[in-house]
Amino acid sequence: MTAIFEVEKQQQKLRQWIDGNKIARRLTTTDHKGVGLLYIQAGAFFAIFGILESILIRLQLGSPENTLLTGAVYNQVFTMHGTTMIFLVAMPLLIGLANYIIPLMIGARDMAFPRLNALSFWFFFLGGLLLYSSFVLGGAPDAGWFAYAPLTNGQFSPSHGMDFWALGILMTGVSSTVGSINFIVTILNLRAPGMTLFKMPLFVWQMLVTSFLIIFAMPTLAVDAILVFIDRNFGAPFFLASMGGDPLLWQHMFWFFGHPEVYILILPAFGLISEVIPVFSHKPMFGYGAIVYSGIAIGFLSFSVWAHHMFLVGMNPIADMIFSLDSMIIAVPTSIKIFNWIATMWGGKINIKTPFLFAAGFIAMFIIGGLSGVSLAVVPIDFQVEDTYYIVAHLHFVVVGGTAMAIITAAYYWFPKMTGRLMDERLGAAHFWSTMVGMLITFFPMHLLGLLGMPRRIYTYQGGLGWDLWNMMSTVGMGIVVLSTLIFAWNLIISLRKGLPAGNDPWNAQTLEWSTSSPPPPYNFAVIPTVHSRRPFWDQKYPAESEVKNEPVDQGADADIARTFVSQGAISPIIISLGLMVTCYGLVYMSWAIAVGIVFMFAGIIGWVAQPNTSEAKK
Amino acid sequence: MKEAVMQSHSERTSLGIESNKLGIWAFISSETVFFSALIVTYMVMHGRSIAGPLPHDALNVPLTAVNTFVLICSSFTMVSALAAIQRGQTRNLKLWLIATMVLGAAFLSGQAYEFSLLIGQGLSLSKNVFGATFFTLTGFHGTHVLVGLIWIGFVLRKGFQGQLNREDHLSVELVGLYWHFVDLVWIIIFTVVYLI
Repeated sequence: MTAIFEVEKQQQKLRQWIDGNKIARRLTTTDHKGVGLLYIQAGAFFAIFGILESILIRLQLGSPENTLLTGAVYNQVFTMHGTTMIFLVAMPLLIGLANYIIPLMIGARDMAFPRLNALSFWFFFLGGLLLYSSFVLGGAPDAGWFAYAPLTNGQFSPSHGMDFWALGILMTGVSSTVGSINFIVTILNLRAPGMTLFKMPLFVWQMLVTSFLIIFAMPTLAVDAILVFIDRNFGAPFFLASMGGDPLLWQHMFWFFGHPEVYILILPAFGLISEVIPVFSHKPMFGYGAIVYSGIAIGFLSFSVWAHHMFLVGMNPIADMIFSLDSMIIAVPTSIKIFNWIATMWGGKINIKTPFLFAAGFIAMFIIGGLSGVSLAVVPIDFQVEDTYYIVAHLHFVVVGGTAMAIITAAYYWFPKMTGRLMDERLGAAHFWSTMVGMLITFFPMHLLGLLGMPRRIYTYQGGLGWDLWNMMSTVGMGIVVLSTLIFAWNLIISLRKGLPAGNDPWNAQTLEWSTSSPPPPYNFAVIPTVHSRRPFWDQKYPAESEVKNEPVDQGADADIARTFVSQGAISPIIISLGLMVTCYGLVYMSWAIAVGIVFMFAGIIGWVAQPNTSEAKK
Repeated sequence: MKEAVMQSHSERTSLGIESNKLGIWAFISSETVFFSALIVTYMVMHGRSIAGPLPHDALNVPLTAVNTFVLICSSFTMVSALAAIQRGQTRNLKLWLIATMVLGAAFLSGQAYEFSLLIGQGLSLSKNVFGATFFTLTGFHGTHVLVGLIWIGFVLRKGFQGQLNREDHLSVELVGLYWHFVDLVWIIIFTVVYLI
């Protein structure tokens, strides 16, 4: 008992020190906007590594029989490129944006569990660092981002890389599960008065579906990571066929997570696009219900198509047929969305600003990726092109042309809200056109390479097979994409410093986040708004156009809360996450660090329980 | 355990359910998939061991049946703890929570004893697929019981500090939901691993 009091006292002291230090305060924030920005910054940080890895890959493959990278290093580079871009860049950026925007969109003052929100950020960030530390600790993971058994076996992957992969994935997986629970509760429970489910902005809807996908898909990945870790470190035979284990079990369980994961990456992107297109078309969204229901349909279907990644393993024809048909059916709700976006633009007064350019570019790129996806659902075609560059082309059109384009759209759209400044339009247009040209030159030739038989994951190839020109082209395209990314970075930096003031509502938008100041105050809204339609801010601005009459609201109680609102920080999430990280190092090297880490975690939990929560602090 | 719920929301939530309770339900549904994946792994590997010891020779069903009974009893004491605080009986709450912890600890001791017997027979994670799947599945369940015990410990501490009463007892309800879930998972594991 005295030990517990001592731990509590020490953490109290730590908190006092933090309150006086600006950087420490930002790192220990539990405010949804602060945590959102941490996510976005960390995602951008890991993106630098992910892009550097892709540069290495393209340089290596630019010419035949290149010796820039050895096969062993190449394996590490492409494994980390995939793992980084999916788990450490795309997901955190989407979750970070959602963290910042969703409470504002639904008229809430914070997430439902602010401290848990900080905890999920630290789990993700330290998990990412854990994964990257493998580069200097004897070798990075090298069995591909989907880590097929038996490649993960100690015999074929002797460095500690895959151990770090398993534990890093586990930490980021727990992070996104905890984060999703937070989103589900926030979205379901903290909506402003009057905002029924079917008055929620579409981004909120898609994030709700995504959060359910995460909490149901991530646990299988967690089990996968645990099993592979036990296999490697305790000699268990889960995936060892000679001992009665089952390598195919890995594929089933991985893709049971992996296919919903595809929609975890793309549904929020659909949501982002559905926010941007109506605003810049100056119209309400066409077919709001269709977008919602198709999103839910995609969510359900995504759990029934995982084995289309596995046609080549030789399942029976009936299974092939079912998974093939299911995969094609998913194209239906997806196309519905595309038609809705186009119909929203149709006849609208289109305001061609950078966010709109990227949203339109998203539609074009995603259609290419979607079409190659439908072709892959056809079993005989899949037999031909499985494990070739055709797959690489498809997945990059979906993830870069889809998710990344949507994230960039969102960056241009919400940058003014987050910083109070506008981004440069001319640089934005330059960024857009160079991205489109660069992406098409980089990824389109990969379709042809795949059809010409170039396998994935090879580190070099002989000349004269008809692959040289297309590979060279793809590498040149990569250069253009890198250039466009530098333009983007430059735009972000100068706009942050010298951008024109944005005001509260630079785009004449429809949703609540634009009704508050830019950047929003800690309490978000002085008075929690009452919602009457799907375009609550529009109603406030143009009462004549809306069918609902704004009735006066009692502002007393809410305004009081806003005045006294203090967004508290918390140190315990960092302590718990650090403890888990130390435990993970202990597990890799089987050392006393396990115990140290657990003690740390326990100290963090004690601090967590002891810290009074916001509402108590005010009493 | 009471997470920082903003004051304006603690009074009214959109669904009318406390946010913490909704969060626990979401967490439990995620955990359901976690244990399903482990149980499916066990079932897929069932009967594929190349070397012994095999389930029918190694497992001591009567011992584990007693252990299962102990864990089911702990669910009963947990229900009683919640019932007590809902009637405002803080003393009974503490007694029932302590009883739950004792039963939970007894279950864990029983499991540790069972593990030691199995290891004595030569079973291990690396011996065969039965050992690998058995220890992973029951080990993760045991870890969940341990987490539950620590959690109950924190709730009990709150009880001793006088922070729980007839109106404010959500933390008992939350740990109870988790505890019953862990129990339920054990009943399924017991059926799949020991009885089938």
